[in-house]
Formats: sequence, C-alpha cells, structure tokens
Amino acid sequence: MEPPRPAVPPVPLPARPVVAVGPPAAVAPPPVKLRVRSVNFFYGAKQALHSVSLDIPEKRVTAFIGPSGCGKSTLLRCFNRMNDLVDGARLEGTILLGGQDIHAPNLDVIELRKRVGMVFQKSNPFPKSIYENVAYGLRIAGVRQKSTLDTVVEKSLRGAALWDEAKDRLHESALGLSGGQQQRLCIARAIAVEPDVILMDEPCSALDPIATAKVEDLIHELKREFTIVIVTHNMQQAARCSDRTAFFYLGQLVEYSDTGTIFMNPANPQTEAYVSGRFG
Amino acid sequence: MKRFFDEELETFRSHLILMGETAVRQVQDAVKALVTGDIALADRVIAADDELDNFELQIDDEAIRYMNLRAPVATELRLVIVGMKASHDLERVGDEASNIAKRAVKLAALPPLKPYVDLPRMAAIAVEMLRAALDCLLHLEPDRAIAIVKRDSEVDQLNRQLYRELTSFMIENPATVSRALELMFISKSLERIADHASNIAEEMVFLAQARDIRHSEELKKTAVE
Repeated sequence: MEPPRPAVPPVPLPARPVVAVGPPAAVAPPPVKLRVRSVNFFYGAKQALHSVSLDIPEKRVTAFIGPSGCGKSTLLRCFNRMNDLVDGARLEGTILLGGQDIHAPNLDVIELRKRVGMVFQKSNPFPKSIYENVAYGLRIAGVRQKSTLDTVVEKSLRGAALWDEAKDRLHESALGLSGGQQQRLCIARAIAVEPDVILMDEPCSALDPIATAKVEDLIHELKREFTIVIVTHNMQQAARCSDRTAFFYLGQLVEYSDTGTIFMNPANPQTEAYVSGRFG
Repeated sequence: MKRFFDEELETFRSHLILMGETAVRQVQDAVKALVTGDIALADRVIAADDELDNFELQIDDEAIRYMNLRAPVATELRLVIVGMKASHDLERVGDEASNIAKRAVKLAALPPLKPYVDLPRMAAIAVEMLRAALDCLLHLEPDRAIAIVKRDSEVDQLNRQLYRELTSFMIENPATVSRALELMFISKSLERIADHASNIAEEMVFLAQARDIRHSEELKKTAVE
C-alpha cells in the first residue's frame, strides 16, 4: 500500500508561463497625499526634527523607522496636529494634505483629525460597548439615524476584520475584548469616519505574534481605501507591510525610498547599519 | 493562519514547476530532433533556451524579494533557498538540451552511425528523474528523492558503455570520428542532465527534512555499486 503523502496543498498552475521579459512596464506613481516641506520641529528649545521633506503617496503604506528619539513619532503626530496639545511645541515649514496647508489659519483642526485618523501603540477603547466605540465618531458628528449607524458599524468592523468575532456581542463592553481585538476595534473606530489617512504609532508593539499578524494583514487590506503611515520599531514589520520606508536618525530624514530598496540596497551606510540591527 | 503574502510563495513554487516542465520539454524535443533528424524542431529547442534563462532570472528575483521583505524561516526559508538552486540546475538542463539540439542539426546532415537506442534510453531516465524530483516540490517525499539520486548511476553506466562503444567505432573506422564525437558529447550532455536532476532531488531532501545529503557516504556507496 502506498504510504500517505504529507499534506502539502497542490499548487494551481497558471494556464501559461507568466514570465516577464525585461524590466517591468513603468507604472505611474500614485498621487501625493501628504507633502512635507522643510519641517523643523521644536519641543521648547530642543529641536526634534531638522528640515524634513518627503511625500507620502496616496493609498500606500509608508513606514517610519529609526531608533527611539529619532523624531519619527513626532513627525507622525504633526500630520493631524496632535503636537498642538504639547506645551512649548513649535513647527516651522509646511505640511500639505491633498494640497491644503494643515496649519492654515482658517483650517478646522477637528475636521483635520476626521480626515487624518490615528491608532496608538496601546489600544484605547472607550469604556463603552463595542457598537458605541465604532459609532462614536459619527454620533459626535451629529448622525442619529440608527440604520445609518448600524450600517457604518458593520462596515467598519468588517473592514477591521473584527465583525465575525464581535457581531454577537456588539452591545457588550469593548474592554472585554482581547488586546489584539481592542486594537482592531480602534482601527474600526478610526475608519468609521472615513478618513483619508490613518496614522499608526507602533500599533502592534503590545500585541502577541498572531494578533500582530492579523493587524499586519489588515493594514495590507486597508491600503486599498486609505493612505497609511505607520511608525514601527519592528523592521520585519516595516518590510512586510509597507510600500515606502523612511529612516530617521537624530531628527533627520536619512533615507526615504521603496521598501524593497531600503531593505535590499540602502544608499546610506547608516540605514544599512540600522536595518541590519547593528545600532539603534 | 494564512498571510497576505502566502500567494507570493505559491507563485514562486508555480514558476519553479513551470520552469521544470519547460526544461523537461526541451530535453525531450532535443532528443526527438536528434532521432528523427528534425532540424526545425532542433532550431525551436535552441531558440526556446531564452525562456529558461528568463525563468531563472524571475525565480531569483522572486526569491530575493521574498527573503528580503518577508523574513521567511523554517520550511519557507528552505523552499526559497532550494528554489534558487533548483532553478540554476534547470537552466543548465536547458543549456544541455540546446547543446544536444545543435549537435542534432549537424548529425542530420550525415548518414547515421548506428541506430539510436542508448541515447533515447538515457534521455528517458534523465527525464523521469527530473519529473520525479520536481514532483517532490508538491509532495515532500524524501525517500523518493533519495531514490532519484541513486538512479543517477544508471545514466552514468550507460554513458560509460556508449563511450566504449563509440571509441571502438573510431578505432575501427576513422571516418566515423566526427559523428562518434558528436554522439559522445550528446551522451555527456544527457549524463549531465541526470546529474542536475540528482542535484534537484538532493535539494528536495533538504527542503523536506533540512538534511544535507550531498557528498554523503551512503550515496557514494550506492554510486559505486
């Protein structure tokens, strides 16, 4: 009798070889969503960012990497003016969101934060039900109609890959969810108001490997609709999830390129040393 | 748990299998062109060698990208490493098939020296070895892979036998030298194709068990037998 074969799934072969001959056809670069120009940032007398300029492409994942204190989180928080809340903080230079200066005097900061959502390192669900957490942004925007709220809550939870786990407990406390589920709930809450950009500040650093993998896969799905900027200390995560990577060191943008280039053939020796785990 | 980049690895594996199928077809066509004196078929084999070169470049590119960005470990890492090595072997198989086709074109213009019996037999064994080795990419069967490595000696044996026979032809009748030499080179190409199949089989053992059986005493003994 023939011994049983190990369970390796058969590979479906394409109908014909799909071998590309020569370099791949040129693809038009995506439009720029966030344009950062000559940004200097100060916490009181201390300068945290030195003349940073870069373009964040639309509907792509851009990763900011670098050792602690390099300014990556500071720049991320500039994008929805979270740093306005810090005493003595001061910004020079310009940041344009879809061509609009986010520091323009007539700009409504609340509107800006609707367009630029944020997910933090530690999940921070409100002490409310799962449903109310997701509906919160719409409620404060004046949406009252239950059918609208139901639709958005379901869509957002599905978008955050949490619907199947949460659909039977929508009205239970969000604090009863696991850490990974809470983080995905925060992502659902962020996408419920349909932002243009989602900022993620080390969204997986408090999660176990399986929850991390789920959030990474979710990030990959979300870029179909949203522009994502992620700060991470996990270089493998930056390599796996992002399309573009920016390396910061001592408040300077050292190198910004396609993720494949940053991890395969970085131009700057400091970038190479950092991504090889030799410092930082 | 399925990850968003799993598909990249399956595409990589599929390309490797397609490359293997192409290499097998090249060997079969080259030997068919030799036996039937079909110059047009031989020319097609020579022209199609580029296809295997492109496969090798693409597979290397996919492997490097996967290692760079996906940080594979364990079986995934072994598949990527083995895939790069196997694609190099398959590209060399294509080169040998192309060499056979070039000699087939030359021989087609000359009267046959002897009926083609041993060369098609060697080719059939080499193709069986290649197919079985590539099948291990889908079904990790180390015992089967080791059996493929052991078959290499059958082809070596036929090569030596043909070498002796062709040498005697040349001694007896110097007019046969150029044809006999072409056949010797073809025999050597088929022997090398079997070596590449054997290499791929060894790589499949590494894929299945993380065990490097190259140059092992066990295989050396079998080869001597």
